[in-house]
Amino acid sequence: MEHLAKYFKPYWLALGGLIILVWGQAYVNLTLPDYTARIVNQGIVAKDIAAVWSNGLQMLLLALFGGVCTIVIGFVASKIATGYVRRLREAIFIKVEQFSLSEFNTFSSSSLVTRATNDMQQIQNVLSMVLRMAFLAPFMGIGSIIKAHQLAPTMSWIVLAAIGVLVSLIILLFVVAIPKFTLIQKLVDKLSLQAREMLTGVRVIRAYNNDDRQQDKFDRTNLESTRLNIFVNRVMALMQPVMTLVMGLASVAVVWVGSYVVSAGNLEVGNLLALMQYVSQTIMAFLMISIIFIMVPRAAVSGRRVNEVLAIEPMISDPVLPTHLPKALRGVVEFHDVDFGYEGSEQPVLSKVSFTAEPGQTTAIIGGTGSGKSTLLSLIPRLYDVSSGSVTVDGVDIRQLSQEELRSHIGYVPQKASLFSGTVRSNIAYGKPHASEAELDQAADTAQAREFITGLPKGLNNPIAQAGNNVSGGQKQRLSIARALAKKPKIYLFDDSFSALDYKTDAALRRALKTETSTATFIVVAQRISTIMQAEKIIVLDQGRIIGMGTHHELLLSSVVYREIAESQMSASELAREQ
Amino acid sequence: MEKKQQPVGFRGFRGGHPGMGGGSTEKAKHFKRTLIQMFGYLRPYWGHLVFVALCAIVSTIFAIASPKILGKMTDEIIKGTIGGGGINFSTITTIGLWLIGLYVISAVFGYIQSWVMTTISQRITYAFRRDISEKIARLPLHYFDRHENGDIVSRVTNDVETISQNLNQGMTQIVTSMIMIVGILVMMITISWPMTLIAMLVLPSSIMLISLIVRRSQRYYGRQQAALGEIDGHIDEMFSNHAVVRAFNGESRSIKKFSIINEKLYQSGWKSQFLSGLMMPVMQFISNIGYVAVAVVGGWLAVNGRISIGDIQAFIQYMNQFTQPISQTANIANVLQATAAAAERIFEFLSEEKEEPETDSVASPAIVKGEVIFSDVSFGYNPGQSIIKHFTTHIKSKQSVAIVGPTGAGKTTIVNLLMRFYDIDRGSISIDGIDIDKMKRHDVRRLFGMVLQDTWLFQGSIAENIAYGKPNASHDEIVAAAAAAHVDHFINTLPDGYDTIISETADSISAGEKQLLTIARAILADAPMLILDEATSSVDTRTEALIQSAMDKLSHGRTSFVIAHRLSTIRNADVILVMRDGNIVEQGKHAELLLQKGYYADLYDSQFSQI
Repeated sequence: MEHLAKYFKPYWLALGGLIILVWGQAYVNLTLPDYTARIVNQGIVAKDIAAVWSNGLQMLLLALFGGVCTIVIGFVASKIATGYVRRLREAIFIKVEQFSLSEFNTFSSSSLVTRATNDMQQIQNVLSMVLRMAFLAPFMGIGSIIKAHQLAPTMSWIVLAAIGVLVSLIILLFVVAIPKFTLIQKLVDKLSLQAREMLTGVRVIRAYNNDDRQQDKFDRTNLESTRLNIFVNRVMALMQPVMTLVMGLASVAVVWVGSYVVSAGNLEVGNLLALMQYVSQTIMAFLMISIIFIMVPRAAVSGRRVNEVLAIEPMISDPVLPTHLPKALRGVVEFHDVDFGYEGSEQPVLSKVSFTAEPGQTTAIIGGTGSGKSTLLSLIPRLYDVSSGSVTVDGVDIRQLSQEELRSHIGYVPQKASLFSGTVRSNIAYGKPHASEAELDQAADTAQAREFITGLPKGLNNPIAQAGNNVSGGQKQRLSIARALAKKPKIYLFDDSFSALDYKTDAALRRALKTETSTATFIVVAQRISTIMQAEKIIVLDQGRIIGMGTHHELLLSSVVYREIAESQMSASELAREQ
Repeated sequence: MEKKQQPVGFRGFRGGHPGMGGGSTEKAKHFKRTLIQMFGYLRPYWGHLVFVALCAIVSTIFAIASPKILGKMTDEIIKGTIGGGGINFSTITTIGLWLIGLYVISAVFGYIQSWVMTTISQRITYAFRRDISEKIARLPLHYFDRHENGDIVSRVTNDVETISQNLNQGMTQIVTSMIMIVGILVMMITISWPMTLIAMLVLPSSIMLISLIVRRSQRYYGRQQAALGEIDGHIDEMFSNHAVVRAFNGESRSIKKFSIINEKLYQSGWKSQFLSGLMMPVMQFISNIGYVAVAVVGGWLAVNGRISIGDIQAFIQYMNQFTQPISQTANIANVLQATAAAAERIFEFLSEEKEEPETDSVASPAIVKGEVIFSDVSFGYNPGQSIIKHFTTHIKSKQSVAIVGPTGAGKTTIVNLLMRFYDIDRGSISIDGIDIDKMKRHDVRRLFGMVLQDTWLFQGSIAENIAYGKPNASHDEIVAAAAAAHVDHFINTLPDGYDTIISETADSISAGEKQLLTIARAILADAPMLILDEATSSVDTRTEALIQSAMDKLSHGRTSFVIAHRLSTIRNADVILVMRDGNIVEQGKHAELLLQKGYYADLYDSQFSQI
């Protein structure tokens, strides 16, 4: 948790102030019952209205002071809790933004999102509660017991007995119920999983006429969850009545036992009222403590999850003294004996990969799933770092460059087109925020996106929903290509970016790319032979190794795997037609 | 005198916000109608509900009576000490026993009430979930095509949960709060009307002050929730596009935007938290003012002998108990709103139009030849927008039909119509001379085996998944089907073999292997006709070959409809249906279509154009 503590540093002083204020608040709460007693003893019993007035006034002033304390505590607590979490949230966000894909993938994207959102909220809520209660409760609990003891030493057992009953009740409830809570959570997950299953599988379920079976399955889980919930709720329902009962019995006990003490002349009547207040304050304090004991472990889980992220040092960082690429960059990308493996996995993803991608040429990479194509591509913008060997651009090892400089020369089109919420314009200009209108138009043109953009109600300024959900898959892909083009980089990386396009658009796009960017280096990962047939160099990748390199025609003769792939997509006559 | 703190609920530990009643921002559009529908679900429990109300009444009345009696006890002590003559301990014992009895009875009835209510609300929760799941089975497919799955799932879980919680607590709270308010008021007046008057002056002002704070705090709470939504959205977006953000040097811009939202969240967050935390100290201070005021007036009355000290003590206890039911009542509106909003979303779903009822049906043909005739079929997903117009074709027994066209051309429409996932608008589709509209949906679907690209498998063992279309299949049959689908070997490499559980995140099973499992499933179901969807997704070459061989085996000797991507499938098809923008634009054999030099020829040629 050391990283969590680090971000709390600016708040230690405020925390100290808060504790002093809490002490004030507790003092007021513990002293007010004295005035209650005095008002009764000196005023009402003694039939002295003036005493009621003067004690009442003092009591009000004290209460006012206590109220002010509480308000300031609330102010400080909310500032600390939200301020701390703001710092923490910012820290985790900045940290994750620096992650390479290696670190990123050790968590999975959804888990990182949860850590930066839900876990933060959890920490904030608990922290603000703890700040208000964690210091107050012990002051109050112990203080009340002491005060009660001072007032009537023979009666302090009532307070202790009440606490004993309550604490054992709480322990009992949680021993019985808490294990069931996790079970309930599992059943809720199962219910939503099964509901989701019914929805995602609706076609298959109906095709196989299995609605009834699916429903029976859901019904069983539903029933199980209902039974368990009934049980747990019945147990938890004990809390409220028993608590009221204990409070009630404690006040009866105070007066009842008190009658003997008063009779013996050891206690004034008004002090009975004060005693009752102390009893209820102690009980409240112990309730607060038990709540803290329940809440803190939950926040601790969140805290640990956040700490895990903060503790990671990004593997990829900029060199202290970065080299620069030549002004007149050619864009030659070379792999020298590159090995790459994910941390902790025995099987390397890439081994001994060497090739050169020349400017003005297309270098294509083909191979089955898991052959390492996408990984190879993501080594170039340093989304991952090689395990051994090196990747160079114009002869410079990319690890000697700043990541920003390296990436400014690369236009990357990922496999899954991902857009940002904003407008068509903001998406195309993402890599070059100050691109001119003409540049944007040209990029859209080349990406074959012009036609559909002009068809949109607001053209370039048309809004794009989060994840680009308001445009089709093919349109998303074209915008994602236009985004890479608008940067006018020297090196283009296409990660299977054409498969969402139909053959026609695919062909038109490739033609346009060729004329538009004739001097750039193209590295293309593809599934379709037709997409890469014309490439100057095709690399066949199988289980991380290069098993063939050459042109389409060369490979048809030399590589069995390439031939297999080609034949699965075209017939012999078509292949012949090509030749 | 006891100080009633804000009640600390043990159920809702989600760090909620006081006075929000679970998301009161959302309001039901048809509040009244929803309530009436809600009563429909409550109807079977009328008897129970009346019983719950009775228990609540008994429990509350006994609880209200106790302070007054406790006051009598104090009076006895005072009478004994101040009046002289000693305390009458037998009276004290009697009162003490009475009080213990009252408290115990109140607690027992309170618990019975919760016990029954919890049962009722869980049973209703069950009924809601059951009805929703039944509804899912009855809805026409177009509903699912137009609605987000997540939205429906959230009705099954979150909305039902909201109702369950609010029913459990809210229902009894309404009853107890009302009785508390009336009961306490009556008790106060019986003690002393001038003191009641003063108490009544203090209470409204506290309520006003509180509502003022609540309103302000809710404003900031709303802002906080909005900022929270914004920041969650930004984080989600940036993290799910991490590679792109990095590759395009977008980190600093992303962080800048984050900081702006984060600041907004901080500003609204601390204000909201601070304001909602104000409530307690303010209430406490006001109750202290009330206490002093009552002590002064009570003291004056006591001096004049018009009231006893025990009564003052009781009165003060009543005053402290009074704020709780009032703030609960104030919250009831929120609770009702939240419940109604959740219930409305559920009822909205439950009242969606069902699939058209089945007509009196002709039995499906016993031995299916598999002759399919589309005659003059018109269909559109939206009324008035036909995408398939006057389509006619005759597919003979055991022919293979390839459906081709670019992405988004609506190739699955044919599947939807054949399986009667959607009903056609005009014309007819018949199988072996029987109109499928006249058959039961189940009987139509029984005729087809289906392998879709979206390889849906459910959470269960591999064996169960393969036997999905034939639940009583023997193990040997399952293994035979798996072997025919070339997936037997793979299954045997898994640690638990056929008993391996497929979970949502089954990363041990690749997309290609899933596809093979769905083929095995279709093989085992052994339907006379087939619908196949060829894979375009990333499957490695070897698996691809296996899939192909399995599909070929499966379609042999059956009428098959293939959403085709492979040229060999297309070329060998007996009929090619060419689709564009939802419509079937051409049909015929490969050679014929090429000669037509139409859209198909275009599509086919574009594959071989030069870069």
